[in-house]
Amino acid sequence: MSATKDQYDLAVIGAGPAGLAAATLAAQRGLSTVLLDEQEAPGGQIYRAITRTPLRNPGVLGPDYWHGAELTGPFRDSGADHLPGTTVWSVSRDLEIGLSRQGAARILPVKHVILATGALERPFPIPGWTLPGVMGAGAAQILLKASGLVAQGNVVLAGSGPLLWLLAWQYLRAGARIDAILDTTPRENWRAALPQLGAFLRSDYVGKGVRLLFEVRRKVKVYSGVSELKALGDGRVQMVSFRQGDGEEWRLPADTLLLHQGVIPNINLANAIGCAQTWDETQRCWTPQVDAWGATTVPGVAVAGDGAGIGGALAAEHRGRLAALDALLRLGRIDRVERDRSAAPHRDALERAQQGRDFLDTLYSPAKPFRVPPDDTIVCRCEEVTAGQVREAVALGCSGPNQTKSFLRCGMGPCQGRLCGPTVTEVIAEARGVSPAEVGYYRLRPPVKPITLAELASLPKSEADVAAVLGRH
Amino acid sequence: MFQRLPNAAAERVPFTIDGRPAEAQAGDSVAAALLANGVQTCRATPVSGAPRAPYCMMGVCFDCLVTIDGVGNRQGCQVRLEPGMRVETQDGKREIGL
Repeated sequence: MSATKDQYDLAVIGAGPAGLAAATLAAQRGLSTVLLDEQEAPGGQIYRAITRTPLRNPGVLGPDYWHGAELTGPFRDSGADHLPGTTVWSVSRDLEIGLSRQGAARILPVKHVILATGALERPFPIPGWTLPGVMGAGAAQILLKASGLVAQGNVVLAGSGPLLWLLAWQYLRAGARIDAILDTTPRENWRAALPQLGAFLRSDYVGKGVRLLFEVRRKVKVYSGVSELKALGDGRVQMVSFRQGDGEEWRLPADTLLLHQGVIPNINLANAIGCAQTWDETQRCWTPQVDAWGATTVPGVAVAGDGAGIGGALAAEHRGRLAALDALLRLGRIDRVERDRSAAPHRDALERAQQGRDFLDTLYSPAKPFRVPPDDTIVCRCEEVTAGQVREAVALGCSGPNQTKSFLRCGMGPCQGRLCGPTVTEVIAEARGVSPAEVGYYRLRPPVKPITLAELASLPKSEADVAAVLGRH
Repeated sequence: MFQRLPNAAAERVPFTIDGRPAEAQAGDSVAAALLANGVQTCRATPVSGAPRAPYCMMGVCFDCLVTIDGVGNRQGCQVRLEPGMRVETQDGKREIGL
């Protein structure tokens, strides 16, 4: 365990590829740096448990996973402090970080912050998605990486996007069973993605991706053009039903249904700090507004990696290094010429890593019924609010996500909109006949993760704090 | 229903689920340990009493909330399993203690 100081030049929040790379470079170049991370070990979700996975056969997770070890080694030797198992619940405009660790809260002042909060799986609202036994494909991948656990019984994967196919490939490598893959990629996406095919064919994605797809398709029954997907069961999922296009309804037994339709930036902390955000029409998600170095509209706060727009793990590490170089400039350690000179190789690498991304974004853009679900589907899992209730509220004059809170408590549960926000934006936009950009998003406020009153009460108090409460002068 | 891959064993960690003895392994989160022990439901929601189980495994969805060593509403997927932990499933709203 690293010793901790009372303050730092730089705090990096999140220990995935962007955070590890940013903290490593910053510390190597002399900034006093702390990496704060919710997990017990570095790696983020993409390299989850990279230093401690129980999987002894490296062939199961594949070489892209093991690349993560090339980030954790240099980080360990960089001189940066590492605070694992730490929840960041607030960052103030004065760059004071509110954090909780081992049941106690504290405030940590810093001079610059890089948010490397990464991505989360895009909500996949279908009837029955709250039933036990229905999980994210990313969740199953975390169980595989961190614990060597695989689903047993009838296992069905459904959705679209690279991670769904990667998980299927890893499951097959591990000797696990998959009954079927229900591919929800809309057929018309292929036509839309065609103009970007050239760049994709020149990218690093193509070789690996095609090989992986063929291997999975050879071994697993794949249903394409899937629509009207439902999870059915009493007390837990027992069956999935779906159609292919306008065809008749299929039913398959399922003990586990793993859903995935891409990932979106985890924006909660950036939003709560007050960083301006924009609606990304291609990736269909909210993204903090950043410049070429990841700097947000709030002075001293940058976002690096997928948290600033999905670019993938390799792009994330280069974006982390660029944000760290910009931090060095802003803290007066290097000048602009030195920043730009040092950034050149990382910019080139970033460009290579992002090649072909547009093709994947367009091809795997989720079908509308899975983003804007029918009335009977729960959109807010915490408060159990359906799409139909949101539409009724719109008819009563509710114009945006913040008002759905007062109308329906929608978005006010413990997940703080993480699993409903994008859906609520799109449902309201469709009902009002306006763009998601016009509808907007929840205004989030700290604490961005729940903390107990006991944790808050454990905060160190100054004499001024005590005087303010007790009214003494 | 999740099973451990045969070559992924690690040190055994004893704990309890609703008072019953159970076992998982070092490196597991509490939520992973529940899934490895065949626990199908870790809570009933405060809104409708509907059953829920871990969904995201990365601290986002709050569906794996359980009581750990007497402290309610902990995110099971974010807490590392420790020997002797008392894990309890949750049923609806919490009662106000007197």
